[in-house]
Amino acid sequence: MTHIKFAFLWTDILIYCLLLVVGLYVWRARSKAHLAAPWRKVARRPAAMASAVVLCAFLAMGLLDSVHFREALPNQKPGAATEYSLEVISALDRVLKPLRTQTEKTYSAPLAIQLYAMESMEQPDGRTLRGHPRLKHGGAHLGQHSEGRHSDVLWLVAQGTLIALLIWCVLLIGVGRRVTWRALLHGETELPWRTILFTLGGLLWLACVLWLLAPKYHVFGTDKVGQDVLYLSLKSIRTGLVIGTLTVLIMLPFALWLGVMAGYFKGWVDDVIQYVYSTLNAIPDVLLIAAAVLMMQVYMDINKDAFASLTERADFRLLFLCLILGITSWTSLCRLLRGETLKLTEVDYVQAAQAFGVSHWQIMARHILPNVMHIVLITVTLRFSSLVLAEAVLAYVGVGVDPTMHSWGNMINSARLELAREPIVWWPLAAAFVFMFALVLAANLFADAVRDAFDPRSE
Amino acid sequence: MIGYLLRRLLYSIPILIGVNVLIFTLFFAVNSPDNMARIQLGMKHVTPEAVLKWKREHGYDKPLFFHGAAQGAAKFTETVFFNKSVPMFAFQFGAADDGRDIGHDIKNRMWPSLALAVPVFLIGMLVEITFALILAFFRATYVDFAGVVLCVAMMSISGLFYIIGGQFLVSKLLHLVPISGYQGGWDAFKFLVLPVAIGVIGGIGSGVRLYRTIFLEEMGRDYVRTARAKGLAERVVLFRHVLRNALIPILTGAVVVIPTLFMGSLISESFFGIPGLGSYTIDAIRSQDFAIVHAMVFLGSVLYILGLLMTDVAYTLVDPRIRLA
Repeated sequence: MTHIKFAFLWTDILIYCLLLVVGLYVWRARSKAHLAAPWRKVARRPAAMASAVVLCAFLAMGLLDSVHFREALPNQKPGAATEYSLEVISALDRVLKPLRTQTEKTYSAPLAIQLYAMESMEQPDGRTLRGHPRLKHGGAHLGQHSEGRHSDVLWLVAQGTLIALLIWCVLLIGVGRRVTWRALLHGETELPWRTILFTLGGLLWLACVLWLLAPKYHVFGTDKVGQDVLYLSLKSIRTGLVIGTLTVLIMLPFALWLGVMAGYFKGWVDDVIQYVYSTLNAIPDVLLIAAAVLMMQVYMDINKDAFASLTERADFRLLFLCLILGITSWTSLCRLLRGETLKLTEVDYVQAAQAFGVSHWQIMARHILPNVMHIVLITVTLRFSSLVLAEAVLAYVGVGVDPTMHSWGNMINSARLELAREPIVWWPLAAAFVFMFALVLAANLFADAVRDAFDPRSE
Repeated sequence: MIGYLLRRLLYSIPILIGVNVLIFTLFFAVNSPDNMARIQLGMKHVTPEAVLKWKREHGYDKPLFFHGAAQGAAKFTETVFFNKSVPMFAFQFGAADDGRDIGHDIKNRMWPSLALAVPVFLIGMLVEITFALILAFFRATYVDFAGVVLCVAMMSISGLFYIIGGQFLVSKLLHLVPISGYQGGWDAFKFLVLPVAIGVIGGIGSGVRLYRTIFLEEMGRDYVRTARAKGLAERVVLFRHVLRNALIPILTGAVVVIPTLFMGSLISESFFGIPGLGSYTIDAIRSQDFAIVHAMVFLGSVLYILGLLMTDVAYTLVDPRIRLA
């Protein structure tokens, strides 16, 4: 039994905080009919529930990847204090250990058993031969021969399909006990169980097949330094989620506080706040982000010793990027909130509260805040997908997350030049784009449903 | 109205000053002119004299914000901030940190940027409005549903994918146009076709959805019901009544981006090797050239404010009910 020592990165802690906030909201929403009603509306939309299932899968990966620890080194001296590895790894790394450790020399195509590039190889009889060298890990169980590869892959896929089908049947029976089969078949259940089950089935199939294939082959190939592309793509999920969610967490207090204050107090408070967000808005976003990131880079170069490990350094940069993205994106929400608050201050119940002498803070907290929450929710969900997409663009400009951090932007950025190669290396790009597309599409569909359910104008 | 515009122009001055202060603070919060000199000189062992000389040549030899030793107003005017920011208001951008004249660069690079951004804007708008009209015509049918699904899917694809995929398919596999590069005059056409097409395609998803919503909102109005009650054909209702009225929010919404077309598109210019202002900015960011970034930020803010002003004017022009006071 190896011992582990937990390591808490800043983004981890914030993610736990975010989970706590979401948990509290769910707990509150369950008991309040007016909060729960729109969510029920969301839950009845098949597209929303299908994307919710996909989002949950991404979220599970991201959360697994947010539990960091250092493993104890092997060969401990008995009696001495346990020594831990310097490398900080996550629970996901532990689960995907074969993927993480089985690196090749350089590029290899998806499911290949040979390197992609030609090399001169020394033959046993002393001659040199130009050819594709055998991979160290990809299809290693096949031995030197490659004839069995196709049937082996097909066999593994068939096995995975069978396992997935079995699990799916169990789920189906579980659902079938709660609703009638007829309703399920025709999609007439209150929750769209038919859609949920099909989405789950698809995900299960993918998971089972990959689970069987990935330890034996590089399903999505390997990249320039021989890392498994599937592993890179899965590790990038956390980066995407962190950028999409923590940015929002950071911008929310600013936007809420300032927007409501500007709309409520009017006068000079309003002028000052309007001035601040007009100024921030006037600067082109990319340039502001670039200037801030360059500043931080210089800071990190000067204070090299402040970071215990590369992981911590990269994490700090990710957090900073979220902060600066938050600063550039709070302005639009702030403006919306200001407008809505302006309207609300004229409403009878606010005027009545003012006449009764209720303090400003109480009015804002109890009468205005709950009535602008729908705007916050809609903006937050709509914002998520654009932030995930923005990460890739920022990585291209050179002001994205740390180059050592796994992210789809970094994958695209490092692989894009390889398209000019002959023959072309397409798989790192394809994997990054497919993963990004799946996450963003799910987020977009879900956000649409949330907007339709919460926007009073859409009635 | 002229009074209103004048007031807005005056109001934009503190905003521009704020922009300058912010960019200066961001750049020099941890960086120092000495550091910049060392980066620009690029040598391993830079003598203090060389740093001093560079700073004097590029105007970084004064205190940043406040000159304590100077007298009176010179406390504020004898600073890097004052000397670098004030000429900006007269659009004197000065020299880049590597010595080139920024104003000259901007003038040269403006045209390729416009040659890319203006067609993308115009064609994109036309295509988006057309598709949105089609979807609005077939509203609540499978055509509409499929169209919306397609829009959401297209919105969810990274812009980089369109560019990389387009370059790969059209230039590398089909050899129809060069992958990247640029030439002036009519030769520019073959270099611009692909970036323009990709720019248009990349914007379709969100654009069509937005315009469709505007059209549908307009179609719920009373005058549309009246027009139908008169027995007008759906085609006539759509084109003569709905389209005209929906153009008010569409055009006024589009006006705000017109000035910013000058800034060019960062990503596609850089991917397609078009020597416009977008790629200029990216290069400046990568080489940490403060003077250029500063100039581009200032230019961007001015254009943004101009866009807001133009929006206000556009509202009064297309909608006689609105008066600026």
